[in-house]
Amino acid sequence: MQQEVIIAGFGGQGVLFAGQLLSYTALDEGKEVTWFPSYGPEMRGGTANCTVVISDEEIGSPLVNRPTAVLAMNLPSLEKFENLVKEGGVLVVNASMVNREVQRKDIKIVSIPANEIAMELGSERATNMVMLGALLGNLDLLSLEAVGAALDRHLPERHKKLLPLNKEALRRGAEYKAEAIETA
Amino acid sequence: MVMTDVPAKIVYERPEALDPRVTHYCPGCTHGVAHRLIAEVLDEMGETGNTIGVASVGCSVFAYNYFNIDFVEAAHGRAPAMATGIKRVYPDRTVFTYQGDGDLASIGMGEIVGAASRGEKITVIFINNANYGMTGGQMAPTTLPGQKTTSSPTGRDTDRQGFPIQTAELLSTLEGSAYIVRRSLHSSREIRRAKKAIRTAFEVQKHGLGFALVELLSTCPTNWGLTAAGARDWIEERMLPFYPLGDYKVSSAVAELKI
Amino acid sequence: MAKELIKGNTAVAEAALRAGLEAYFGYPITPQTELLEHLSARMPEIGRPFVQAESELGAINMVYGAACTGKRVMTSSSSPGVSLMMEGLSYIAGTEVPAVLVDVVRGGPGLGNIAPAQGDYNQIVHGGGHGDYHLLVLAPASVQEAVDLTALAFDLAEKYRHIVAILLDGSIGQMMEPAELPPMQPLKTDIPDWAVRGTDGGEKRVLTSINLDPPAQEVMNLRLMKRWQEIEKNEVRYKGYYIDDAEYVVVGFGTAGRISLSAVRAARELGIKVGLLRPITLAPFPKDVLDELTKKAKAFLVVEMNSGQMLEDVRLVVRGRKPVEFFGRMGGVVPYPDEVLTEIKRLVDGPLTTEGHPRDRWLTRLSETIG
Repeated sequence: MQQEVIIAGFGGQGVLFAGQLLSYTALDEGKEVTWFPSYGPEMRGGTANCTVVISDEEIGSPLVNRPTAVLAMNLPSLEKFENLVKEGGVLVVNASMVNREVQRKDIKIVSIPANEIAMELGSERATNMVMLGALLGNLDLLSLEAVGAALDRHLPERHKKLLPLNKEALRRGAEYKAEAIETA
Repeated sequence: MVMTDVPAKIVYERPEALDPRVTHYCPGCTHGVAHRLIAEVLDEMGETGNTIGVASVGCSVFAYNYFNIDFVEAAHGRAPAMATGIKRVYPDRTVFTYQGDGDLASIGMGEIVGAASRGEKITVIFINNANYGMTGGQMAPTTLPGQKTTSSPTGRDTDRQGFPIQTAELLSTLEGSAYIVRRSLHSSREIRRAKKAIRTAFEVQKHGLGFALVELLSTCPTNWGLTAAGARDWIEERMLPFYPLGDYKVSSAVAELKI
Repeated sequence: MAKELIKGNTAVAEAALRAGLEAYFGYPITPQTELLEHLSARMPEIGRPFVQAESELGAINMVYGAACTGKRVMTSSSSPGVSLMMEGLSYIAGTEVPAVLVDVVRGGPGLGNIAPAQGDYNQIVHGGGHGDYHLLVLAPASVQEAVDLTALAFDLAEKYRHIVAILLDGSIGQMMEPAELPPMQPLKTDIPDWAVRGTDGGEKRVLTSINLDPPAQEVMNLRLMKRWQEIEKNEVRYKGYYIDDAEYVVVGFGTAGRISLSAVRAARELGIKVGLLRPITLAPFPKDVLDELTKKAKAFLVVEMNSGQMLEDVRLVVRGRKPVEFFGRMGGVVPYPDEVLTEIKRLVDGPLTTEGHPRDRWLTRLSETIG
């Protein structure tokens, strides 16, 4: 069993850390995992993305062209990745930053105003956790509890005071459920 | 006349740090003088057995044959980098490079500036003879304006071939340089002064005060087309005006050194 | 020790340090920089030299100097920087001192880009520097393997007084994977007799690559080549996946190897009897196993992130006995498993030939795809 998640957004939206948190959780759960970042000049303020592959056996390619799930934190990411999500997969869209409808009908779509929710909780910087929560609530990948535990272990010490906020953000995100896939 | 039994006193002998073999240097060339000065200084400091030398590419490519010292041989221009590698691993050893002007001031300019700017605690003996000696007398970065060489046959034309580099002046501008001086080997008076400078340059290293370089104006009678005596005069008349002798950088810590 | 999630570049740096790395010299270049950055913090912390050199030329010559002391030393860079190091590599080989080089390969030629590539195969495996010499080349395909091979690299370098290159690509350098780092080893204390250190009144030691007398140089060349024969005999490493019953064999190293593994699994699910041979030592090349497979397999597919540089080594072993096809992506483009799967299916569907050159056929197909 292998699942792949691409998390994409602007640099500074916490895209890479969200992916690392998934990877830490997978590691703690005894699974095989790879975390592959886009790197270089594009990380300096442009778009950033990372691919996380989680599997029960030795992972081959760390890059996939048809991921199980995509987290699109902004419009350019939706443009780039919408068509790549595997049929029946999950697409989480940050409605706060995206002003158009998703075209695909053959995947689960979670549209969530992640920035607004994060701000409501006290910090816009928790947007990535809201998005990640929305993924966990809609894909049988890793449990919310396991991700929370990984957060306890791997959130940098200087950010420890943000733990409750981040966990709440994960929980709020997970409440958003995907629209049912339209069947023709 | 009866010989009185005066106890013999040795006033001149081969330094321990010099290997007893015939060099390949041309008659009248002052490389041998420079070698001897280094060897005398290391012996006097008791450093001979604690020293690692780095030879370079040029006429002094076989310098390691003439010293009784552990030696490595660098690629052209890279001696300061190699010396850096050795010194960083062995900070308590004395490490020096012996480089000519093509090696140090042309192909190796990046490495020498890097080492000086890092304040690398090595000693550099820099031989300036205004041409590429080993390859037969081509224009060097130190070749004087108007000087004829085999690659500037009508004399160095600064409009086409640029200007010579005054290495001591250039390196003296770097903060990491602790001791940068220019001396000459064209007279016994200057040779004595050169030895004192070489001693200071090794003491600077011994005391961990930073990068030290002694530029030595050196003769090349063969490629200059002069006699040994004529070559010494040529340094005096032609090189000294462009390459004035003197102390270009003596850091305050070095100035306080008591030798 | 427990596994930790760690970036390839960082893992190699930490593994080297724990293997007793005594001095590091390098220059920043993407996608290798984290390796240098990690050591810039860790080496001074434990009192070991770290120098950011003025250039890759400076860095490799610092390694050359430090290697002459017989201590464990290394540098790391990426393709354009490694090109600049070729001078020093030839000198180090010519002086027969041990050193470790990590090349985190990126797209080229020229400045190229910083994306993962394998275009340095020829530069690293088949030379680059002048004169007759070889590098022993290790090509890990995962972060864990990179960690394990880093420690091995130092051992092999010392055993054979040889340069050992670890050929990564931007992908393995930049990705994070769980890996178990080895425990900290003490610095080695047995300094070989040939290493310079100051005579201390004894016989002087001279380390040089100069040998003006051709017959003497030839004797030295012979010694190097005999040593290489020893290495070829003792140090071949590879990993086979599903090759026992394989009718078709994919050959790929590093990232191209693990991407091929995904494709091979997908093909197996379709009932295709295909296996993967992943060379771990690119030099010495695993010729014997490939020769054995040539006797059994119907055809080979070579997959690389370059224009088929290892392909030539495969063809030298297969020698036209079986069809060989090639699939590669260049310029920093990383192939996806389904592209490789398509090629595997093409192999099965045929027609297959031992005529012509596989690169020509691939270039025709690629031109149609990417214009």
